[in-house]
Amino acid sequence: MSLDKVFEISGSAISAQSQRLNVVASNLANAESVAGPDGKAYRARQVIFQTLPVGEQNGMQGAQGATTAGVQVAGIVEDQSPMRKVYNPEHPMAAEDGYVEMPNVNVVEEMVNMISASRSYQTNVEVMNTAKSLLLKTLSLGS
Amino acid sequence: MIGQLDNLLQLQSEALKLRAQRQEVIASNLANGDTPNYKAMDFKFSDALRQAVGMPSAQGSAPALVQTSAGHMNAQGSTLSTVQLLYRTPTQARVDGNTVDTNVEQANFADNAVRYEASLRFLNGQIKTMLSAIQG
Repeated sequence: MSLDKVFEISGSAISAQSQRLNVVASNLANAESVAGPDGKAYRARQVIFQTLPVGEQNGMQGAQGATTAGVQVAGIVEDQSPMRKVYNPEHPMAAEDGYVEMPNVNVVEEMVNMISASRSYQTNVEVMNTAKSLLLKTLSLGS
Repeated sequence: MIGQLDNLLQLQSEALKLRAQRQEVIASNLANGDTPNYKAMDFKFSDALRQAVGMPSAQGSAPALVQTSAGHMNAQGSTLSTVQLLYRTPTQARVDGNTVDTNVEQANFADNAVRYEASLRFLNGQIKTMLSAIQG
């Protein structure tokens, strides 16, 4: 049954999007964290999405063996862009030149990321709802 | 008798199966809306259905099973149909190489869901007709 796989595909997408939302929350929460466990300022994190082939294939194939796929988070990488520097000589974490290293979190970017993730999440929930109602109707076939 | 019932329901059941497969393909497109380098896919329903019910197409007819003993029954082999997935032509370019247009996919998904239900109703109607013919 192909409709079962819709749950697998959309389920993986929901899980991946919620992980992305989690990372966004972490970035926003630490937008002002001057010192982490390693004594350095927090670096923004980003998720990397990757396709995840689902189950055994049921006779569908495209060019170069392309088939239907879910999503997985391949990894979480730290943003390597330069840190934000704020001049504040009184700060305990200030360097000799009086600058404090602040996290390189771009709050606007993170907000956009959050909206995008929640929209994708909603879409996939809708897909699962539709698949569920179709399956239930199929179960009552002939009655 | 059973064979006739089978023939009656074959078209709609094949259509239903293909609708479910298409639903899966579109769900995959929607799931990968944010995956870099993912290419949106779909298949041509009419061609796939024609192939599935063994209507004359470029693929040729279904192979018959070989009978090597007198006890073997005569059976027409079914085509192991493979649905040919095709890449969608992108309407707008994206920097990450992804070709999924979520709005298009959502529209296709809704359309396909309604057509799935239509197939389901046709099938239900046929079953009801046959039941009333049997039970009187």
